[in-house]
Amino acid sequence: MDDALFLHRLQFAFTITFHYLFPQLTMGLGLLIVIMKWIALRTDNECYNNSTRFWAKIFAINFAVGVVTGIPMEFQFGTNWARFSTFAGGVIGQTLAMESVFAFFLESSFLGLFLFSEKRLGPKMHFFAALMVFIGSWLSGYFIIATNAWMQHPVAYEVGANGNVALTSFWGLLLNPWIAWQYTHNMIGSVVTASFVVAAAGAFYLLAHKNEEYGKVFVRVGVIAGVIASILVAFPTGDGQVKNIVVHQPVTFAAMEGLFETREGAPLVLIGQPDMEKRRLDNPLHVPKMLSFLTYLHWGAEVKGLDAFPENTWPTNIPLLYYSYHVMVGLGTIFIAIMLGGIYLLWKKKLFTARPFLWVLMLAFPFPYIANTAGWWTAELGRQPWLVYGLMRTVDGTSTMVSAGNTLFTLLGFAGMYFVIGMLFLFLVVKTINNGPEAALKH
Amino acid sequence: MEILWFCVVAFMLAMYTILDGFDLGAGILHLFVAKNDEERRTVLNAIGPVWDGNEVWILAVGGTLYFAFPLLYASSFSGFYLPLMMVLWLLMLRGLGIELRHHVNHPMWRTFWDGTFALGSTLLAIFLGAALGNVVRGVPLNEDGFFFEPLWTTFMVQPEAGILDWFTVLMGLVGLCTLTVHGANYLAMKTESAVQERSRRIASFAVWGVVLFSVATLVAASSIRPEIWNNYSEHSWGYIFPLVGMLGLIGMVYFNRTHQDTKAFLSSSTFIGGMLASTAFGLFPNVLPASTDPKYSLTVYNTAAPSYGLSVGIVWWAIGIVIALGYFTYLFYSFRGKVKLHAEGY
Repeated sequence: MDDALFLHRLQFAFTITFHYLFPQLTMGLGLLIVIMKWIALRTDNECYNNSTRFWAKIFAINFAVGVVTGIPMEFQFGTNWARFSTFAGGVIGQTLAMESVFAFFLESSFLGLFLFSEKRLGPKMHFFAALMVFIGSWLSGYFIIATNAWMQHPVAYEVGANGNVALTSFWGLLLNPWIAWQYTHNMIGSVVTASFVVAAAGAFYLLAHKNEEYGKVFVRVGVIAGVIASILVAFPTGDGQVKNIVVHQPVTFAAMEGLFETREGAPLVLIGQPDMEKRRLDNPLHVPKMLSFLTYLHWGAEVKGLDAFPENTWPTNIPLLYYSYHVMVGLGTIFIAIMLGGIYLLWKKKLFTARPFLWVLMLAFPFPYIANTAGWWTAELGRQPWLVYGLMRTVDGTSTMVSAGNTLFTLLGFAGMYFVIGMLFLFLVVKTINNGPEAALKH
Repeated sequence: MEILWFCVVAFMLAMYTILDGFDLGAGILHLFVAKNDEERRTVLNAIGPVWDGNEVWILAVGGTLYFAFPLLYASSFSGFYLPLMMVLWLLMLRGLGIELRHHVNHPMWRTFWDGTFALGSTLLAIFLGAALGNVVRGVPLNEDGFFFEPLWTTFMVQPEAGILDWFTVLMGLVGLCTLTVHGANYLAMKTESAVQERSRRIASFAVWGVVLFSVATLVAASSIRPEIWNNYSEHSWGYIFPLVGMLGLIGMVYFNRTHQDTKAFLSSSTFIGGMLASTAFGLFPNVLPASTDPKYSLTVYNTAAPSYGLSVGIVWWAIGIVIALGYFTYLFYSFRGKVKLHAEGY
């Protein structure tokens, strides 16, 4: 049984991690395309119009992969987590069904129009189609976050006679207080990814001395959007999300911070390795009293460590949780530094010729993907050992009828399939960027 | 309320089969009706703007099952574990075939994705038919309402059957033939000259496959699961569904001969809708009959979510689906008429 549990978890973790590489760009890029299209519409600047077409092409490849890797996610709730679905379907089935009915239909219909009928629609309707695609993708994100928020912080439910949960308030589910920070944090995180990707493509053009006119547009749009998003993702949204965790999942917070012992004036750990045998942090580098201050705005405040909680409520993989959280926060800080540098150079009118900085910008684009992934791992590992916080443990949620051998078979199948899809994706995106925006106009 | 949701799910499943059915059908026919690159691009452009939206219906079916009938969702998805995973992989390959083909202008690249698209679509059509076959035949449910089926055992219809036995394979062939005709009707409606003529010709003989396999299935189903006739003998108004299906079938033959492609397409849509409704009517109130012991069968009553969720769901569902049908109408309207190849598109 342990074996099967591990494989069910690994398959879900693998498929969702891979899947989320694509929607995070879709959601962020959707916003940037709307902005570029808006500028094109207002200024009649053909360069912005072509930029929109170019990014729409990358958006389409990205969207296609997002769709095909997304379908398994909804299926896997039933295939691999049947007991969880029986238990929670009456509540989270609502938000998942709403995602299809309200978001996916909108997104897929208008994407068809956006990609295929610019000439037929005319500029204003084409802008409208882009706007609808953007709204569809952000609505989709909302329903997914609402689903996850219920698993992190269950509300608006009652446990029925058969032991399964029943919904008691529709608006309670959709307006779960957990959603606000998690949603804004997540969506702005996707804008960070898109900003870095757009800026990186621009930096590449400027460094390679080709399509320089477009390179300037991309770098400018990327840096301006990037500085705003990088700051907002940390404060107030990231900070707000941590405070949710402090209040509702205090043991998770202690594990994220690597705080084994409860103490007043707790330090903020920057680097160190959790040693679970000795219950301590090896090679720590920390800022004294900072954690107490950041959490409670008071230098001497007491922060609860892991020792304050029974061990069977501790997250099951504390080192990985700790690393995920610290990787996310560390990278987030670096993003702010890079984008502030970019905005300073833009203001000084040196950005397009500052080659060392353009190199940094070009090479930085994978890191927001890592940060977003690490952020989700923090949320999901932090919820353990619970599948629905306080209500159902992960070990009780699997499909008992599906054997470990069958799960391993499909896990290997997904691994092979996604490896091929990943290579195709990279090949096509690199090719599109290499061909440049002018080639995107011709077919 | 459970009955209403049963109808909703049946409606959405019919919408899915009709809509995604024609682009699956186009995939089955892809290599046969379109011989050169220009013709293949025509086929892809005929479904290009709409296939993704069509496929969303299966997600909507899954989501609706999930919240309206959680136990049914959990039981069937985990029980059909292997075939569902394969369906997912096929859906992926097929979607990539449509979307990636036009990105590289090299004959080998294009041939490869044409093959992927065609093979994926063909297998999916068979799987969809076989899936329905499993529901009609029943699955080995235990007392908790769960089961697990291997892909096949002995290919005989027995309590410990696999996903594939002779009956479900037969229904798979019904699925394949029906979607072939349906796709051919769609392509005949959306294209001109060579592709159109080949599509009409294929539809004209594949429709006899539909007739043959449907009759065989009907006879087989009556002997395997005679109780599907109970609802009909108790409520004779239910015969309207098979009657509608029959009219659709007649229309498919007639309008194909007279080259009225749009009417032929509407006929095959009617046939699919009528046949699915007939099956649903015969199964009710079962949603997944047990091949082990009838008392373990999953019904709309023992799998439904609590009533508050169902009542609140019907409100947003109705609003959402009206809006969605609006998008679809607009989308199909703006891509109306014959496909023209130009710079925008595949």
